[in-house]
This record gives sequence, structure tokens and C-alpha cells, in this order.
Amino acid sequence: MQDIVRQLEEKRAAAKMGGGQKRIDRQHAKSKLTARERIELLLDPGTFEEWDMFVEHRCVDFGMDQESIPGDGVVTGYGTVSGRVVFVFSQDFTVFGGSLSEAHAEKICKIMDHAMKVGAPVVGLNDSGGARIQEGVASLGGYAEVFQRNVMASGVVPQISLIMGPCAGGAVYSPAMTDFIFMVKDSSYMFVTGPEVVKTVTHEEVTHEELGGAVTHSTKSGVADRAFEDDVEALAMLRRFINYLPANNRVAPPHRPSPDPASRAEPSLDTLVPDNPTTPYDMKELILKIVDDTDFFELQPEHAKNIVVGFGRMEGYPVGIVANQPLVLAGCLDIRSAIKAARFVRFCDCFNIPIITLVDVPGFMPGTAQEYGGIIKHGAKLLYAYAEATVPKITLITRKAYGGAYDVMASKHLRGDVNLAWPSAEIAVMGPKGAVEIIFREERGNKEKIEELTEEYRKKFANPFIAGRRGYIDDVITPRLTRERICRSLAMLRDKRLENPWRKHGNIPL
Amino acid sequence: MLKKILIANRGEIACRVIKSAQRMGIQTVAVFSEADRNALHVEMADEAVLIGPAPVAESYLLIDRIVQACKETGAEAVHPGYGFLSENAAFATALEEEGIAFIGPKPHAITSMGDKITSKNLAIEAGVNTIPGFTGVVRDADHAVKVAHEIGYPVMLKASAGGGGKGMRIATDDQECREGFDRASGEAQTAFGDKRLFVERFIDEPRHIEIQVLADAHGNIIYLGERECSLQRRHQKVIEEAPSPFLDPETREAMGSQAVALARAVDYQSAGTVEFIVDNDRNFYFLEMNTRLQVEHPVTELVTGVDLVELMIRIAAGEPLPLGQGDVKFNGWAIEARVYAEDPFRNFLPSIGRLVRYCPPAESNAVRVDTGVYEGGEVSMHYDPMIAKVIAHGPTRDLAIAHLREALNEFCIRGVAHNISFLAALVDHKRFREGRLSTNFIAQEYPDGFDAAHVVHDDPALLITAAATIHRRYMDRAAKISGQMPGYERKIHDDWVVVLGGEQHPVTVRPLEEGGGHEVYYGNAHYRVMSDWQFGQPIFRSTINGNYVCMQVERRNMIYRLFHWGSQVDVMVLTARAAELLSRMAPKTPPDVTKYLLSPMPGLLSKLLVEPGVEVKLGQDMAVVEAMKMENVLRSERDGVIKNTMAAVGDTLAVDQPIVEFE
Repeated sequence: MQDIVRQLEEKRAAAKMGGGQKRIDRQHAKSKLTARERIELLLDPGTFEEWDMFVEHRCVDFGMDQESIPGDGVVTGYGTVSGRVVFVFSQDFTVFGGSLSEAHAEKICKIMDHAMKVGAPVVGLNDSGGARIQEGVASLGGYAEVFQRNVMASGVVPQISLIMGPCAGGAVYSPAMTDFIFMVKDSSYMFVTGPEVVKTVTHEEVTHEELGGAVTHSTKSGVADRAFEDDVEALAMLRRFINYLPANNRVAPPHRPSPDPASRAEPSLDTLVPDNPTTPYDMKELILKIVDDTDFFELQPEHAKNIVVGFGRMEGYPVGIVANQPLVLAGCLDIRSAIKAARFVRFCDCFNIPIITLVDVPGFMPGTAQEYGGIIKHGAKLLYAYAEATVPKITLITRKAYGGAYDVMASKHLRGDVNLAWPSAEIAVMGPKGAVEIIFREERGNKEKIEELTEEYRKKFANPFIAGRRGYIDDVITPRLTRERICRSLAMLRDKRLENPWRKHGNIPL
Repeated sequence: MLKKILIANRGEIACRVIKSAQRMGIQTVAVFSEADRNALHVEMADEAVLIGPAPVAESYLLIDRIVQACKETGAEAVHPGYGFLSENAAFATALEEEGIAFIGPKPHAITSMGDKITSKNLAIEAGVNTIPGFTGVVRDADHAVKVAHEIGYPVMLKASAGGGGKGMRIATDDQECREGFDRASGEAQTAFGDKRLFVERFIDEPRHIEIQVLADAHGNIIYLGERECSLQRRHQKVIEEAPSPFLDPETREAMGSQAVALARAVDYQSAGTVEFIVDNDRNFYFLEMNTRLQVEHPVTELVTGVDLVELMIRIAAGEPLPLGQGDVKFNGWAIEARVYAEDPFRNFLPSIGRLVRYCPPAESNAVRVDTGVYEGGEVSMHYDPMIAKVIAHGPTRDLAIAHLREALNEFCIRGVAHNISFLAALVDHKRFREGRLSTNFIAQEYPDGFDAAHVVHDDPALLITAAATIHRRYMDRAAKISGQMPGYERKIHDDWVVVLGGEQHPVTVRPLEEGGGHEVYYGNAHYRVMSDWQFGQPIFRSTINGNYVCMQVERRNMIYRLFHWGSQVDVMVLTARAAELLSRMAPKTPPDVTKYLLSPMPGLLSKLLVEPGVEVKLGQDMAVVEAMKMENVLRSERDGVIKNTMAAVGDTLAVDQPIVEFE
């Protein structure tokens, strides 16, 4: 018996070496950790239970039968993050470059199926050269099996991808269908076709990093939700991120005690909105001053910066925050910001996370680039997402809420539960000057008259009370008391029940 | 007694005057510009009058508007504070004509002390030591050389109407003297519209020491000791103290009696300051008399227990001085540090914007804070960047320094850059502690400017201990999350590694059984940390082994950024395993920033003068960034070829954002 145990230990030890010391060293030399080291840092110490350590590939072509490494390039299993169950797969670049074989895919599918059964998040740590070419179509089939599960799990359990190495070709579509993608700077990249193919087809010369690095995807494309400095930071931040998410769509998001009093007043918010209506201010200051412990986990901070999205907590309960950012493009809605916010709103709605919307929006961005780019359909995504959402929705208008953008930003008409405004709010079909120039078209040449009428319009309409008179705004609040009012509203809404009519699924304007 | 006074000023000094007036039961009227609608002095005063747009020339300097504001509100007197109209005889006269009292000296005293040559002649007549020199107007370069020979080199050529270092030249020989004359008179003409120059002996390693005098309308004149204000950066005082660490009782008394003699000579009434230059042998020479309340007056107040503003008001109301020279007693030591909205790490670039966080240290017997701003307020480009003064008082100079350092630790300012780390470095400087001061101190000790290397923390164990405690608090809280696997809940271990400056420091940190504190084992030492800090708070107050330690902390991703004693240190706290793995990975090479032209400040890119492929030379203009309505030309710091432009005209730039990339 002891022999058998010893053999087991030897087998385990062999499997744990992955592709061998040389390849491990090479991984470290590239500022990357190995698949197992990453899992160690992701999970609570000592909680990882590995499955399928002894799985090997079944390929016999191209001499592959001579070469087999237990685990077959991916480490899978489950463990806990802050004591909560998380399923994880971590691709092992030291084994066949982390390439995906049929067996490799089966291992991933197995933990995904388990995650669905028990209702726990799936975290993928991607570091793979792509398909196992030697296996041909079997490898492609493996990818599709994973894709199908990604789709089935979508909206049922949270799925998070952390790209920690290459992820190219068809392989990108698994992370693409997960809820969040994080990347590591300088050591990860994602693209559908690599620089070599790009060069032959379009004659563009571009590096891996420029084409699909963490900075590219977290600034230009918006594919990545965050970019981190290195593996250690990425994994630690991922742990922090998971603490905001519920285990699945049937349970409430996790609560943790918060010593930060709900009644905490912030007098400085009374002066946040400048006297001049065109002077920008930083909406993030408002966010940081109303959430628990000034702790805000922002997503896509460098992409479509005219809208801010991310998670915070109020009295210990996670909330999703969507906020126009007057500092960038005056906070207007455009294609990129609408897509960014819409996807975030839908995630929150899937997973029972209340949405707080902070509004200062002068409208949609005008121009041919926007119209040709399809702002109509993309803007509609955000409208659709808000209208469809049944989680608690609290909206605060700090300054401008003009035109169609007013409707979109979680207005009362889209089933906003509690709609508040600061005294500085201006809820109107457009800004005073534009409105006057249309209503009094014949006075256009008369600058003085226009100015006088603008001032009159401003006095009459640039305030929250017109909307308040119609009940579109539930209350006008003192800025310094914002946290208290939102916390109280959230407490009142904690048992909110609202269901949309049965259907197979809605048809969001994709 | 006066019933209502108007304060013709803004910022901290307006607030400070209002405080004294309120304590005396006097109603106060503030005046404000459009930029100051929400300012603190407006909030504090009983009434406030809008006097014009933001620029001072259209508001705080408008005599008519202020006189009118007095009439509208029925103010019987005006306190001018410092700066603005405080030394403007026309203002004092205008008030007098309207029967409004000016809380300051009579116009003739302001006028005669306002001109350098007149004041020097008056001083000589009153028997005040003056710097050897020629007080007449120097005719031409030849005349300057002749005069210089009579005085003896080195000499200083100075604009008669001057100030702020303009129109000043030092000469050590005839040639420099000739050149200096031409330059200085040219500068004086441009700066003041008056090219008259005078010549005097140049004092090497001078100290700036000034005497506070108080005089009433009944001929009583006293002096309240001295203030040493030698720590100056470009003629701007930074740290002031009372008493001076340099004066002996005889010199003090000699300076005091001369200051009183001068005040008597001009029939002075109110508080005033006679400034002297003191050389290494304690020879002192009259520099000028400031006919107003000085910025640094609080140090005198703390060591004498006299409220100067109160006495100024009483004198203006015609009351006699309530104390004679014999009643003036000195108690301990006071040091003032001026908090400016400027970035010491970027060559003291002024900073404006919103005070996102503003939390001055708590006031106590040992600490006084004079401030004119509040959290959520605005630091405007239109006014002086000084936002507060921290004044510490202790029985000895060392204790005053200790209190000041503690107070600076607690001063939390976010949103605008500030000079707290510079102040902390100055008061901890060995030469400062030894009291070896001169007006050249800052230029000599920081010849290449100020950087983080000047503030190396001398007790990293404190930083490590605090960071470990804070991290443990966060970890323990995260472990209290709901939804954990029953029976397998998260346990937080006690062993951690603090990474500071690239070095790993293993620590053991655990909550104490009782009392809510933590114990930390680091090296061979044991620390007991008690703190009421809560998550997210920027100020971490604690006792570590019984000693009070206050630092500031910001959490950014994995990093705890700690601010203490002027140092700013980034710390990470990792599990032992994470620390091991971190060191196993090859370090990433930081990007080579010399390949980029970076924006030195937040602003708008208004011009981009280069494009890819263009060759540029060192010093060539490359871009213009507009910030605070000022155009800042960015020049190339190297020769090279432009590879890429990374921002476009009209873009809003952040600090250190790359604009252009070199090949």
C-alpha cells in the first residue's frame, strides 16, 4: 500500500512540474508565473483542489504519442476566494505552449459544468498559444464545446477571464463571452489575427503589444475591463473583484460588515457642481464620497472615459455605479460609452446588483462619425438595458439631463425606483441657448434678445422643479446628504420584486 | 468701541481678523470678488458685499468699491489685512475723508515708509543703523563706481521703488558695478516705471530678523520682540519663528529700541514691523518698515500672548495700549510654516483647483492653524497660493519643531499640489535644527530644487508596522463576507511580507486579544499598535508602543501610499508566498520616459509644433500647454527625431501624459 501511495506522490510531483524546470524558468524570465503558482495566489491559501491532474491527450499523429504530459496544459479545479467557492482553470504555457487539445477542453468543460450545478463563479486564467495543431479538428471541437458552455453559463454564474499570456485566434471568443476580461500589461495579448497575418493582408506593421496588448484593449478597443501591472497585482485585484459578485443569479450579492455610517454627510459635495454650467468637474469625487470607505472598483477606467462604471458598496452591499463624466467630452453619450455602460447595466441586472446612476449628460454626441458608426443602435443598447433591468434602480441628476439622454439614463419612465436630483439639476429637452434659438427662430439675428430670452428660459426651465412637478423626480436633495438618501433607498428596495413578461429572450439591438 | 468693521481682504487673513473681531463682539463685513462667492471669509462674516470680478485690480484693489461697501453696511472701520490695500496711503486717506477709521497707521507714516530712500533717511535721522551706502540717487555708472569705492565692495545696486528682487544687482568690482547699474536701472524702469537706483553694502549670509512694534494714538510705543524670517525661497518667506535662535538679549534690546525710535519718528500708530538684516557678527541694519500686519504675526502672538489684531482695532478706536514695555513677556518658542498650493517636486509650480480633501491639523495649545479655505473650496489662479499657516508653540525650540512636524503629518490636502513635504523637510533639516539660518539657506541646501531624495524616512519600521496593521484590518474585514462555504470559512494568517523600496520585510501581525489594537513583530522588535483608523480614511492616527504616530495613507490597487514626516512611500503587503513569487519573476523594465515629451501639468494642448519624422534640437519649442489660462511652452530636452505624436491639439492632458515620442 505504501508503495502505491508513494507512486501517487511521484505522479503528482511529476504532474506539478508541468513542462519541466527549464520551461518554468523561461516563464519566470518573461515576468510570468506558472499556471499553478497563479492559482495559489488567486485562491485562499491551501484551498485549491485539483481535478484531472492525470488527464493526457489522445493524439497519436506527428509523434505526439511519444510526448505526453499529465494535465495536458491546463490546471483545473476549485477552491475558495474569501471562503466562497470558485471554479478555476489555468492554462499552462509550459506544457505544449498551453495549446488547447480535446482533452484540455474537456477539463475546462468539466469544471464549468460543475460550476453551473453548484452555482459558483468560473475564473479562467488564459495563457495559451492557441489550438493544438496536431489534433486538428478535434481541437476546434474542443473550443466550441467551451464556447457553448460560456453561453449557457452567461447570466447564471459570473464568468471572469484573466488574460496572462497569449490568447489568439478562435481562442479569444471564450473570454469574449465571459462577463469580464482583465489583462496583464506587457505579458498578455489578444487578437483574432496576429501581426504576421495583418502584415500580409493589410500591409500594416504592428507589434503584438500594439495590436492586442493590455493597454490597447483597455484604452482603444474596450475589450479588457482592466489592465494590471503584473501577475501578482492582477490576481490580488481579481480576488478583490470577486468579493463584489454573487455566486450565481439566484442569490443576493455578498454582504460584509461596514463601519462607514450611512448617515455620513459630505459638506464638500455642496460645492461640487461649479457655478458656471459649462465648467467640468470630476464625477468620480462624488462616487468616492458616497460609497463605503471611498472604495470604488472601476471598470474600463481608460476607455470611453465620458462614462464611469464600476462597483462600490453601500452599507456593505455591492452596488453597480454608472455615471456620466463631465470631465471628458462634457459627459455626453456616444457609441463607445453607450456600449460600455449597457453591458455593465446588464451584468448588474443578471446578478441582482442594484444600479446607481449619476447623471450629468448634455445629450448624445453629434457628428457623422457617430451617425455612420450607428449611434442609433448603440445608444439604444443602453436604453434597452436600463428599461429591461428589474434590479433596484436609483438615479441622481446632479446637473444636466438633456433630451433623449435624460430618458436613457435610468429615468423614472424606465422604471427608475427612486429618482433624485440636486438643486443644480437642469432637466430639459436641451440647453437654454439651443432651445431659445429654436423656439424664437425669428429672433436669431438679435443677439441681445436671444440672451435675454435665454436667461428667461434658464430661470424657468433649468432647474429640477419642472420635472418634480410631474413626479419624474421623487425629491430634490441636499448634495451633502446624498449618501444617506441613497443608502436608505437601497435598504427600502432590498426586497424589490419585479418581473418582465415571459419570453424566450428579448431582442436587444446588437 | 467699534461696533462694525469691514475687512478689505480675503483668504486666511480675512478669516483671522474676523475671529478676533467676533471675540470682541464686533460685527464683521466681508468683501468678495465673484471668484470668492463661496469663500470661507464670506461664510464667516456677518455680512458680505460683492465688490467686483475675480481679478484683484477689479475687486480687492478698488478703493471706491470698498469705501462704498463701508457706507452701505455702516462699517465704522476697515482692517486691510496684508497685501492688497494694506499699505496704500490713498486708501487710508479715502477712508479718513469719509470718517471711516483705517485700522492701521496714518497715511503719512505709510507714505514715508513706503519709499526706500525716504525711509532710509528717516531711519538715519532717528539713529537707526543702516547699511553703509549712498542714499542719494545714483546718476550714472561712473557715479555708481565712485560711490561703491566709498562704501567698499561688495555692494548692492537697488531700485528705489523696488521689491521682489527686481532691479537688484550685486557687484564685487568696478566692471560688475558698471554692468549692474545698466541692468538694474533698465529692470527698474520696466518693472516700476522708475529707474532711480541707490547703492549699499552687500551683506553675505544675511539673516532676516524683524521687530514687531505697537504704537497707540497717545504716544505709547512698545516692541514685542523679534521674528526670524530667514527661510525664504525667492524672497518669499517659508518658515518664520520667534524668538530668533541667533539674537542675544543685548542685540534684541538694541534692535527693539531702534525700532521704537523709528516708529516714534514717523508718529506711528498701530502695529508695524521694522525689518533688519543681521550679519554673522550680529551687526544689524535697517531694511524697511512694513506698515501693516505681517503674514507671520502669529508667532509673535503665541510667544507674547498678545492678540495683535485686537490691539490694532483698539488703537484705531483710540484706546491706549493696555500694556507697557515692561509688561511684555516671552513664553517659549513659536514656529510658523506657510502652506502653499504649489508642487515642490515640480519646481514649485503653482497649483490650482478644487480642494477635494482638506483637513487641517486639529488646533490645541501647541498648534494653531490660520486657514482661509475649506474642503470643497477652490484655489483660484487669481490670488496668492498660500492657503494656510501652521503655527506650533512649545516651551523650547526643539519642542516647537516637534509639534510642527506632527501637525504637518496631520495636514491632509488632496486635489491641489501642496508644499507640506518641503516644509517637513525644512524643519527637520540638520542646519535648521541647529539654527544656522540665512536668507540663502534654501538656495544653498537645495541648489537643484527639491526632490523625494531629500526626505528619506529615518524610521521605516514605523511605516512597515502601520502598513501591516492596515492591511491586516482589510484582510480581516474581507474575511467576514457572507456566502462562505460552511465549515471552510476564510482564515487570515499572521505572517505577511511588507515590500518597501523593492525590499521585502517579513512581519507577523495579529489583532490583540483585547483592546482592539494589533501587535506586529518585525525584525527583533515587537510593536503594539493602537488606532481608531477606519477603512478609507486618509489619516491614520495611532500609538505605536505608546508613541503617538500620525501618518496619511492612500490605497491604490495593491499599493498603500504612506505620507509621514515629509516622505512619501509606496508599500505593498503580500502573503509570504506572493512575495516569494514576486521575486521569482523577472522585474519589468520601467518605460524609458526620456523617449517622451511629458506634460508637466494638467492642461489643454493648445499647440503642437512638431510632427512625426521631424528632427528637433535641444531646447526647441515642441508644444504649448495651456493651464491656468497661461501658455506653457514645452521645449525638447534632447536632440532627436520625432517618432510619434501621442496627443492632438485640443486634448485635455493629465500630468505626465506623453505628448510626443522620440525615435
